[in-house]
Amino acid sequence: MVFEGLADKLQDTFKRLRGRGKLSETDVSEALREVRMALLEADVNFKVVKDFVSRVKERAIGQEVMDSLTPGQQVVKIVYDELAALMGGTQSRLNISSRPPTVIMLVGLQGAGKTTTAGKLANLLQRQNKRPLLVAADVYRPAAIKQLQVLGQQLDIPVFTLGDQESPVTIAQKSIDQANALLRDVVIIDTAGRLHINEELMQELRLIKGQAKPHEILLVVDAMTGQDAVGVAEAFNGQLGLDGVILTKLDGDARGGAALSIKAVTGCPIKFAGMGEKLDALEPFYPDRMASRILGMGDVLGLIEKA
Amino acid sequence: MGFFDALKAGMEKTRKNLTENIERLVVGYAQIDDELLEELEAILLTADVGVKTTETLLSDIKAAIKKKEIETPQDLKPYLRKRMTEILALNAAAISQGGHKPLVLLVVGVNGVGKTTTIGKLGRYFRQQGKSVMLAAGDTFRAAAIDQLEIWGKRIDADVMKHTEGADPAAVAYDACKSAVARGVDVLIIDTAGRLHTKTNLMEELKKVHRVIAKEIVGAPHETLLVLDATTGQNAMSQANIFSQAAQVSGIVLTKLDGSAKGGVVLAIKHELDIPVRWIGVGEGMDDLRPFIPEEFVAALFADKE
Ligand SMILES: Nc1nc2c(ncn2[C@@H]2O[C@H](COP(=O)(O)OP(=O)(O)OP(=O)(O)O)[C@@H](O)[C@H]2O)c(=O)[nH]1
Ligand SMILES: Nc1nc2c(ncn2[C@@H]2O[C@H](COP(=O)(O)OP(=O)(O)OP(=O)(O)O)[C@@H](O)[C@H]2O)c(=O)[nH]1
Ligand SMILES: [Mg+2]
Ligand SMILES: [Mg+2]
Repeated sequence: MVFEGLADKLQDTFKRLRGRGKLSETDVSEALREVRMALLEADVNFKVVKDFVSRVKERAIGQEVMDSLTPGQQVVKIVYDELAALMGGTQSRLNISSRPPTVIMLVGLQGAGKTTTAGKLANLLQRQNKRPLLVAADVYRPAAIKQLQVLGQQLDIPVFTLGDQESPVTIAQKSIDQANALLRDVVIIDTAGRLHINEELMQELRLIKGQAKPHEILLVVDAMTGQDAVGVAEAFNGQLGLDGVILTKLDGDARGGAALSIKAVTGCPIKFAGMGEKLDALEPFYPDRMASRILGMGDVLGLIEKA
Repeated sequence: MGFFDALKAGMEKTRKNLTENIERLVVGYAQIDDELLEELEAILLTADVGVKTTETLLSDIKAAIKKKEIETPQDLKPYLRKRMTEILALNAAAISQGGHKPLVLLVVGVNGVGKTTTIGKLGRYFRQQGKSVMLAAGDTFRAAAIDQLEIWGKRIDADVMKHTEGADPAAVAYDACKSAVARGVDVLIIDTAGRLHTKTNLMEELKKVHRVIAKEIVGAPHETLLVLDATTGQNAMSQANIFSQAAQVSGIVLTKLDGSAKGGVVLAIKHELDIPVRWIGVGEGMDDLRPFIPEEFVAALFADKE
């Protein structure tokens, strides 16, 4: 696989250059070709890759490298710095309202992992001594309500439902009263999966937002998503205003380039990573680890030292 | 403008232009040059075709130019379409009952791609042909997966063979095979839990299900369908590769093509692993399943209006 060898390939490219001291534009281009391939194979959006590479190139053939005695090292460092800067600045904190209940709303494409993530978040918050209420606002998918109820039961957390005959907007609205009545201080609303191009269903989310006034609207994204990730995130962000992203299914071998693309284009912080199907498999998101994963460079800093 | 804003603006432009890209190339360039080829590359990469297969297609084009098969930019699009359609062309007959009774289909894939929904749609397809259908609830892991399949069974008027949550999926498959034979069911479709292909123990479990079916009914499963989400990028290659090793995948169902993702990775999968796409999913309803037609798919990759 291409990315497996990125570290080696960069090493090779620079080995040949060693001792020459200065990098020509051609030298840099050759190295960046490998970086570009690795990013594309990792599903980083084409346009993001293009901008990223040209930015690195600009910096690399500038003064700092020309004058450097170890140009290879400099290029790798620039690549890593730029990537870390793009991925960075994220934090896994949730906006907790000073006036309970804090309302969290999960949105996303079909099958991304919203319902499971609702359960995981509830579990996490319960462990932090919060009292969550799960809200079943998916009235479309067969057995979606039952799915959330099963998770609620496993966690011993109440699930608010009005069946599948009430509108999700009504359900969301009434769930807040219910939270107050039951003294629950966090409300987690599970919404149905939908396409970002489905006007009617996107409107439904806007109405839910209007009623429930969420403190956090989180987009749940499958880490295996390809080039479309950016369009999806832009649409949800544009129509709802996202507070963050949760990347799921990172327990597989997906490079997760979607993370970089979404971060680069929407600026939304990635707050958590889903690492499995079980209810405790939710972790804070670490931008630096993600940067290495996307590049397929396990030990980036080690590489910089060796270059 | 900050970096994010610049990127965003650029993004908007790329997306809008993509649909017109090829046309623009054709009228915009008097001859085929590097810049044109670079734009072509962009179109392919943006559709998730992947670096390797994109490179192959571009080198095919270069060879065709040398051979004078392509002389002007006008020749590019038909050439590429022909070439891609060739790659995608089915290498085996589409699903049919054949002489099998029951015809046994096993449906596999990673989490959340649309397996259970596809099973409902496939069952509907056979029901409409007047066949009797049994669904087997082989996902005994995910919360309410059995309930979900039962709702589908009711919708399409098909029997559902189920055990309880946490039961051995191989035992469900075994009972389903026995019962389908005993009841003279025409088509048996077996659901499985979503699993990431990297989880060895879960892939072993799948092998066991496959073995049990093969032992119970000679020649079964007659089709093992791998469900892929069209939104998935290059990871689909790895999924196809490892699932075929474990369960001898005979065809792909590409779901969620009603979104804006193009599912171009199936081109790479067909090209490199020779697994054909059989069906596409275009919605959540029971009639939203279509046979895969390479020409139509390629046209959609280029987002033609025709
Ligand atoms: N391996 C793995 N599987 C996950 C993860 N998160 C969710 N899943 C699985 O992904 C599948 C889909 O999850 P759901 O929670 O039902 O997804 P959803 O977004 O609610 O789906 P819809 O409501 O149909 O749109 C299930 O099989 C989950 O077990 C994760 O982090 N890792
Ligand atoms: N838009 C659209 N949604 C689809 C399509 N096929 C399935 N879905 C939706 O995708 C989500 C997941 O579908 P499932 O059938 O539960 O997927 P699965 O692979 O069985 O999931 P697990 O069993 O959890 O691994 C549901 O919300 C489905 O309605 C399709 O072709 N188009
Ligand atoms: Mg759900
Ligand atoms: Mg399923």
